[in-house]
Amino acid sequence: MVLTQFLVLGALLFSIGVYGLLSRRNAVTVLLAVELMLAAVNINLIAFEAFWNTAAAHGQIFAIFVITIAAAEVGIGLAIILLVFRNRASGNIDQLDLMRW
Amino acid sequence: MTFSEWIAEPVNWAFLAMAIPMVIAALRVVTSRNVVHAALFLVLALAASAGLFILLSAEFVAWVLVLVYIGAVVVLFLFGIMITRAPIGRETNLSHDTRWPAAVAALGVFAVTFWLINAVATQMGGFGDPLPAVGRATATGILGEGFINRYLIPFEAVGFVLLAALIGGITLARKDLTPAEEEEGARV
Amino acid sequence: MVRAVASVPLVLAAGEGGAGDLSSGGFFAETAWIMLVLPFVAFLAIILVGKRMKGLGAELAIGAMGVNLLWASVLFVQNMFEGIYREVNLTIGEFGTFAGRRLAFELGFVVDGLSIMMYWVVAFVGFLVFVYAHGYMKGDIRVPWFFASLSLFAGSMLVLVGAPNLIQLIIGWEGVGLASYLLIGHYWEEKENSDAAVKAFLTNKVADVGLILGTILLVPALGTFRFSALSAAADAHSEALGGVAVAGALLLFFGAMGKSAQFPLHVWLPDAMAGPTPVSALMHAATMVTAGIYLMARTFPLYHQMATEARPWMVTIAVITLFVLGFLALVADDLKRVLAYSTVSQLGYMMAAVAAGGYTAGLFHLFTHAFFKALLFLGAGSVIHAVHSNNMSDMGGLRKEMPVTFWTFVVGSLSLAGVIPLAGFWSKDEILATLGHEGYTAFMWVAILGAFVTAFYMTRAVALTFFGTYKGHGHPHESPPVMTAPLVALAVPSVIAGLLNIPGVSWGPIRNFTDWVGARIVPMGDYHPKAIEWELAAYGLIAAVAGIAVGWRLFAPDAETQQARDRLRIPVLYPLLHNKYYIDDLYMKGVVNPVKGPLARAVDWVNGYVIDAVINGAGAVTAWLGGLVYGRLDQQGIDLLLNAAAGGTGGAGGKLRLLQSGKVQQYAGAFVVGALLLVVAFVLVT
Repeated sequence: MVLTQFLVLGALLFSIGVYGLLSRRNAVTVLLAVELMLAAVNINLIAFEAFWNTAAAHGQIFAIFVITIAAAEVGIGLAIILLVFRNRASGNIDQLDLMRW
Repeated sequence: MTFSEWIAEPVNWAFLAMAIPMVIAALRVVTSRNVVHAALFLVLALAASAGLFILLSAEFVAWVLVLVYIGAVVVLFLFGIMITRAPIGRETNLSHDTRWPAAVAALGVFAVTFWLINAVATQMGGFGDPLPAVGRATATGILGEGFINRYLIPFEAVGFVLLAALIGGITLARKDLTPAEEEEGARV
Repeated sequence: MVRAVASVPLVLAAGEGGAGDLSSGGFFAETAWIMLVLPFVAFLAIILVGKRMKGLGAELAIGAMGVNLLWASVLFVQNMFEGIYREVNLTIGEFGTFAGRRLAFELGFVVDGLSIMMYWVVAFVGFLVFVYAHGYMKGDIRVPWFFASLSLFAGSMLVLVGAPNLIQLIIGWEGVGLASYLLIGHYWEEKENSDAAVKAFLTNKVADVGLILGTILLVPALGTFRFSALSAAADAHSEALGGVAVAGALLLFFGAMGKSAQFPLHVWLPDAMAGPTPVSALMHAATMVTAGIYLMARTFPLYHQMATEARPWMVTIAVITLFVLGFLALVADDLKRVLAYSTVSQLGYMMAAVAAGGYTAGLFHLFTHAFFKALLFLGAGSVIHAVHSNNMSDMGGLRKEMPVTFWTFVVGSLSLAGVIPLAGFWSKDEILATLGHEGYTAFMWVAILGAFVTAFYMTRAVALTFFGTYKGHGHPHESPPVMTAPLVALAVPSVIAGLLNIPGVSWGPIRNFTDWVGARIVPMGDYHPKAIEWELAAYGLIAAVAGIAVGWRLFAPDAETQQARDRLRIPVLYPLLHNKYYIDDLYMKGVVNPVKGPLARAVDWVNGYVIDAVINGAGAVTAWLGGLVYGRLDQQGIDLLLNAAAGGTGGAGGKLRLLQSGKVQQYAGAFVVGALLLVVAFVLVT
């Protein structure tokens, strides 16, 4: 196993996540795409950790931080979606344009 | 290392066995027309990435991923889907009608990243060497030490973020009842 | 990265610095850290339980200060006889390696002549002010908070003066700045007061930049934060710091200019009088504002041997401060502002002496000034307490109603004016001698003129406050003993402190102030005049007496002067020698009008607006410009520019707002593309 294969896999996964982020209309699926991007980042972190092989395993520690933050983000994100749904009776993100001119 | 040398290593078979389903699952996550299916494909993708972590000897992180992501986050997603009464079942309206700008942006991201990986790999004389850490699982104790020594403050900060998210989630999602509704709730 | 050191090595450096005849001081020097810690303990205790105590926390503050006074007094007496030097440094962490030397972060305390003098001044004046404040603040809305802030100040000040290194000094320096901010804004409900607090804080911050930059410049060259290294470097080879010496010295001086209210950074001090009077007495007269002088003295080897080029500039600033700003005390009606300008002017004297090279003379003036200026402020507070007004136009004739306040105030004024044999005479005389010795003859004469002005405005203040007829409301009466006792206690050193340092005179085994205050920092050698120079002393005395005479002539409350003032409304010229009213006229035309007129408006503008403008923003500048002939033009120009800018912004905004579609995913897409472009650009550039 070499480092490159993991990096390319991570890049692929991240790009798929970007596609989902931009193309999805339903808010929940947008969040799912964001999770994909975070997973890609985690793969990179772990792969680099295996590559540099530091004694203190910094890469893995950061991966756990990312997982934690992702959990928090999902919690808040879903709460917001719930709120939006309650007010607008729709989970579609393109109806959230109150902030426009 | 040529491709034939690479493919001759059995461990890379294992890698492909996880990577290919992972990419397919990821694609289904962003294209599926059913929200519940999308969430379940995310489970598949994440499980595959947990497998990859074990290959990379990051076992603790792999299990954390399984527990937190698959065990909690995806369940949260499913609850979210149900509560928002998102269309369960086949639904054509899940994506925007014009998707090509998103595809272009995603391809751009991939192209640039790939180019960067290539450039850096060339500059560093290639990442061709086998990964040194593989095969020796990282002791969980090392992670624990890292959390309470060097990364103590980030650790605390993340804990604080989680607390804030908890409170924020409750505050946001809590339904403010009108007095009449409250009365009704009390009667029930 | 600062790493916690598990076992703290205690570095005792007693005896370091070459002066072999210094003792390590015994128990009280060993435990001097108590003085640095106790006020902070009091601070916390008052915050926690002050509200529930009978004296609302005042007793805690006073008690802590009393213990400090005991410690400081023992050390002070001990030091007068035998000379103490003790330095303790605790290594807390490390900043890293600079030029091959490890820079340690140390805290500790130093006990030597200079710091003992400051300990004692802070503890003595602080204790008396705390006691006084207990009476003064009775019935105030926030007594516990007031005493907590005062304790915070005392602790920070002691940390500052006890610092063996620059880092700790900066910690204390910022601490006193914070306490000053809190206390000036004690009555923050009034906008004026909180503005004054913000102004003081920001002006000091501007100057602090100089202090910190100076530290950053000097310390890597020196290899340590410790002051003792500065002395050693100066002794060993004066070019140790090379090119950074002058720049670093000037930057440190800039920092001192802020704290010690030197021209043109003095503007915050008169406004700081918005704080309660005990605060003004303790911080803005006796101790905090002298921190700059202290800093100059502590780092004096730098100016003495390595950055001598900086000194003429520093003397010039100090002399401008002492002379030009002293005049402003002549026209203020607010009694506390008179004293504030006087403080600024006296700080100029101290700074002039230190900058000219006779830093012990400056420190001696600091020492005596602390007593009589604190006395004057507390006296003013007593008067204000009685008449419920700061303005001298609401006072007058208080001599009979408030005898203790009156007599102590007169003693303080005479001492400030420099009348023999009071303390102020001796210290001012030494400053004059220093200026003369170091070749600043012209500045010496300016300083003598300054002494005239000093005597003049103090006489005016006394005359307007205590003589004539009462012009305020109600019936003023003497303050309670808790307030008058500190006045008496401060009057004593205001009279006799000068005896500590009469050139060429020593009192048995008690050593001269000059010999013990700074002997360790720089060997004194020729800085101290060996005998009284009677000629110079006579000039200073003549200036003081003349100031008093002229002041009395102009402000004596008898009927004739009153009539003369009335008659002055009709512009009639009287010959100088035949008519005393002519002097009045001269004063009106020569002093008041210029001060009200264009010249003084310019002075006042420099005083009031240059820094104000920086602090209050362009608004103040625009307001001033409007008052001048060219103001209108400028204002229109600026308006035009602003309108054009606003119009352009509006127009562009109208077009650009169409980009704000409100669609989150469009933003996300733009973000992705932008990030990609940045990555590509970054990679291509590097």
